[in-house]
Amino acid sequence: MKIKTMGYMIKQGFIGLWRNRGMSFASIASVTASLLVLGMIIILVLNMNNIAEMGQSQFDNIQVYLEDELENEQISNIGAELENIQGVSYVEYESQDDALEKMKESWGEQGYLLETLENNPLPDSYVVYFQELEASQAVVRNIERITGVDEVRYYQDVIDNLVNIADFVQLAGLILIGILGLIAMFIISNTIKLTLNARRQEISIMKYVGATNWFIRWPFVVEGIFLGFFGSLIALVVVYFGYEYVYNLVYARFYALFAEYIVSAEAMLQQITVMFIVIGIGVGILGSLISMRKHLKV
Amino acid sequence: MIEFQNVGKTYRQQVVALQDVNIKINKGEFVFLVGPSGAGKSTFIKLLLHEEKATSGKIMMNDEDITKVSNRRIPLLRRSIGVIFQDFRLLPNKTVYENIAFAMEIVEAKTKDIRRQVPAVLGLVGLSDKAKKYPNELSGGEMQRVSIARSIINNPSIVIADEPTGNLDPDTAWDIMRVLRNINERGTTVIMATHAKDIVNVMEQRVIAIEKGSVIRDDKKGVYGYED
Ligand SMILES: Nc1ncnc2c1ncn2[C@@H]1O[C@H](COP(=O)(O)OP(=O)(O)OP(=O)(O)O)[C@@H](O)[C@H]1O
Ligand SMILES: [Mg+2]
Repeated sequence: MKIKTMGYMIKQGFIGLWRNRGMSFASIASVTASLLVLGMIIILVLNMNNIAEMGQSQFDNIQVYLEDELENEQISNIGAELENIQGVSYVEYESQDDALEKMKESWGEQGYLLETLENNPLPDSYVVYFQELEASQAVVRNIERITGVDEVRYYQDVIDNLVNIADFVQLAGLILIGILGLIAMFIISNTIKLTLNARRQEISIMKYVGATNWFIRWPFVVEGIFLGFFGSLIALVVVYFGYEYVYNLVYARFYALFAEYIVSAEAMLQQITVMFIVIGIGVGILGSLISMRKHLKV
Repeated sequence: MIEFQNVGKTYRQQVVALQDVNIKINKGEFVFLVGPSGAGKSTFIKLLLHEEKATSGKIMMNDEDITKVSNRRIPLLRRSIGVIFQDFRLLPNKTVYENIAFAMEIVEAKTKDIRRQVPAVLGLVGLSDKAKKYPNELSGGEMQRVSIARSIINNPSIVIADEPTGNLDPDTAWDIMRVLRNINERGTTVIMATHAKDIVNVMEQRVIAIEKGSVIRDDKKGVYGYED
């Protein structure tokens, strides 16, 4: 395509946009709205996955408490059994004395209070490290079957729930986005239809003079691209600043506690910029193609 | 250079607009298409423009059967034909100059060529002083001359006119005929459907008469032959 022709297409696209300002505005708003919803879902899912992932690195081990009054031999047998379970990386023994020592340490200055205890109430335990988090549930089930094991403490159910919720949000979100995307496409195709009608006479002359089909179609595609592009641009700006605002709020209130679990606005922007623009433009192009299919015979 | 071979056209609802038409038109000819209303003249023209598809037969143009041409090539074929309509079909929001230049822009002509050719063609149709006017500032005859200028701007080898004088008074109609004759004398084939009895009779050119979809007369120096 010649530069001059490209200039003509872009100019026509803008003229179309301006001619039906009202509908163009509605189209852009619908693209923006769809992408805003998408943005919220991405933020939710991104953060949930982030928390799950962070949690995973902190909860990649569990504590297995043993029954009281086991023989030393039984204890080491259990250790060997634990290590043999599929999915277990390694185990560390923590005797009741070790546990008490640890507790004293964590109590700090008040640690001396524990020395007044007549007998140690803490159980012996093993700390079991997983190879990967996903398999941990099966591992736990196997551990619970071992005789001599009293109780298993772990955070898997929290993480599982988080992952499940993230999956659900993602699925529901995708369906919602699909519907909103269709609505945006419908509005765009109606906007393009107005331009088509306004240019009907021009198009008929273009055909008689021998304009190629794509020469006739391009301005409408360009108009669709503009509608989608502007819609995605506005959505990006709103999502970015909106998220940054909320992020700062959370950061100020919970500071260190949450900060590392939450994705930063910059990181989020990086993830969605290309996606938003591609989706916006894609919806715009599809809308204009649909319109031309229905209303333009070339 | 144009040849209809057993051409038939049936519209939906079984309307037979043309049947078994056999016609040969050579390069540089001036041809009148006459016949009563509904005879099939406009259909004949639409087949040439590929606006409608023939339902049977072959239409040869420059040794190519245009009934078999792919959709992609149709625009290229149309560039070798200029069209003129009874209702002018000018774009109201463009000046005379822009209306003509538009036809060149569409086929991606160079700006340099547009600047050179548009004034030349405006001179040919006698409208050099109206270049900056809008269609609603022109008389019917002037509008038709703009549409003629537009039809020849890309140097087509054929100009097709469907009742070009239908909306004009007799004097203005003759102005238009002089322009068309002029174009024809420069070597362009002109095919004109018309109900203008006087014009056909005075011009003494080839006349093809169509009735109920069939060619009933084809005279080298013909007359109109109807009473309306
Ligand atoms: N698009 C169409 N669909 C169905 N029938 C059509 C269509 N166009 C034309 N016809 C019919 O085909 C026949 C020929 O029409 P055409 O327009 O070719 O006549 P014409 O000779 O140009 O008439 P006029 O002198 O009034 O312009 C008529 O019976 C007309 O009703
Ligand atoms: Mg007609």
